[in-house]
Amino acid sequence: MGMREPLSILVIDANRIRSSIIEQGLRDAGHERVIVVDNMDGLVRRITEIDPDVIVIDLENPNRDQLEHMFQVSRAVRRPIAMFVDRSESGAIEAAVDAGVSAYVVDGLKRERVKPILDMAISRFKAFSRLSQELEEARTELADRKTIERAKGILMRNRGVDEDEAYQLLRKAAMNQGRRVIDVAEGLVISSGLLEK
Amino acid sequence: MNRSDGDTVIAGFIPLLDSALLVAAAERGFAAEERVDLRLVRETSWANIRDRIAIGHFDVAHMLAPMPIAASLNITSLAVPMLAPMTLGLGGNAITVSTGLWRAMEQAGAAGNGDPASTGQALARAIAARPAGAARLRFGVVHPFSGHAYELRYWLAASGIHPDRDVEITVLPPPLMADALKADRLDGYCVGEPWNTAAALAGTGRIVTTKAAIWPGSPEKVLGVTRKWADANGDTLAALIRALAKAAIWCGDATNHADLAVLLSGPDYLDCPAEWCRPALSGLIALSRDAALAVPDFLSFTAPGALQPSTDHALWFYSQMLRWGQVQHDPAREAIARETYRPDLFAAAMPKTGKPSAGARPGQAGPPQRFYDGVEFTPQDIAGYVAGFPIRA
Repeated sequence: MGMREPLSILVIDANRIRSSIIEQGLRDAGHERVIVVDNMDGLVRRITEIDPDVIVIDLENPNRDQLEHMFQVSRAVRRPIAMFVDRSESGAIEAAVDAGVSAYVVDGLKRERVKPILDMAISRFKAFSRLSQELEEARTELADRKTIERAKGILMRNRGVDEDEAYQLLRKAAMNQGRRVIDVAEGLVISSGLLEK
Repeated sequence: MNRSDGDTVIAGFIPLLDSALLVAAAERGFAAEERVDLRLVRETSWANIRDRIAIGHFDVAHMLAPMPIAASLNITSLAVPMLAPMTLGLGGNAITVSTGLWRAMEQAGAAGNGDPASTGQALARAIAARPAGAARLRFGVVHPFSGHAYELRYWLAASGIHPDRDVEITVLPPPLMADALKADRLDGYCVGEPWNTAAALAGTGRIVTTKAAIWPGSPEKVLGVTRKWADANGDTLAALIRALAKAAIWCGDATNHADLAVLLSGPDYLDCPAEWCRPALSGLIALSRDAALAVPDFLSFTAPGALQPSTDHALWFYSQMLRWGQVQHDPAREAIARETYRPDLFAAAMPKTGKPSAGARPGQAGPPQRFYDGVEFTPQDIAGYVAGFPIRA
């Protein structure tokens, strides 16, 4: 590998957890000049100062139109162009949009230098959504467990059974009605809530 | 996203008042009546709409009227040939300025009735009266290829103000406009509803004129679709057009406006106070907290030409791309622009009843396009039309 200027990479993402995951990934891959921005205020000035070679931005960011317009009209920044002007890369385009990320690169930069950066961003965006989903599932699971505890408590009070028997009652009802235990428990908690009022 | 074929149609939209036809078609049964399973996906930027329709995430989309033309002309990223087989309404935009700039315009003689000639001249005088060395006034639009950009530029230029030299024009997402005005980061903007009303009711902005006054009867959003999708799904597209036309009649009926305002303001759509949605629907525009103006044609879903695209409209947008240096003139490009708008697809989709359907336009092009300054668009001589303006790129 010849002596090349290290690429400067600007990551624009309002989600600080996700942007730090991407930043770490890029640093681990040997990129030292990574700047993360989570706020669009004064971005034109920031971009002029940073003069990035590559810009990575999340698709939820409502400022993409502003950013693209700035690239078109600003004389202060080297003109970045959308990552995918070459339609032959339709697979990469879909992967990026599916992952929720878009990128702009300075015109003239060699594709093979930029591709690994985008691949990294895509995989980190995906990892982030997987983590978010797992967290959401964990939250739901916790909520489900609490609901079942409450349903058991209601049965224990009203039927004078112990905890184990209460659970067996829920299971039996679920089996008879062809429903999940959590659905029966939820029904019980809601209806007993209604009766109390 | 799960893709399914047949009569499922995935439509991208931006939360703006003129997404009404898509929202009403999905929520009030018009799509189902035409056996279209219409699924709406809210987006946060026009760039996302453009990218996701290009790669096939969306089948159709709520688009700024010049966007499909820019895509067909290959002057945007991820450009693919697109069509506009339907207009989603006429009008709907306004120009709002900060209360500070409005005071200066009033002192310079601006009329309070939304007259673009008077407010434009007052703005020119207010700019001339600014101290030497003062920063240029900043105006916001939502996208460079938008009716907003071209209307604002037309109004400025007709008032003797060069949009690229005498003021600065920047791009901002619509929901951030009113806040930017309040924070003094913008002096004015041209945007669709409810984002003019939002500033007027908050007391931070003053509506000075409307799209309906600058270019009467002009299209704002269109149904955008890739040529590829339209070719492969002709029957589904026709059914969707019929569903949207039925939705337009419902949306245009004043007895439904209270329902429509609440529907649009809901958390899945505009997610804003319902009162913000009412002025554009009723045509009683709150220019500021204490001034209202009746603009009956502010936004129309059913007027002649409100739904059927016009090739003259497409050519006018093309002429503005020329005027402001976004594209160089070429007869082949002119043909591409004209052919992006497809009045024939709209006509073919509508039931043959022997009388014109709501929103249809007489003839392919419709009546001549005349602007508030009296200048008439000449689609047969676009280069001459553009050259006739003293202010251009």
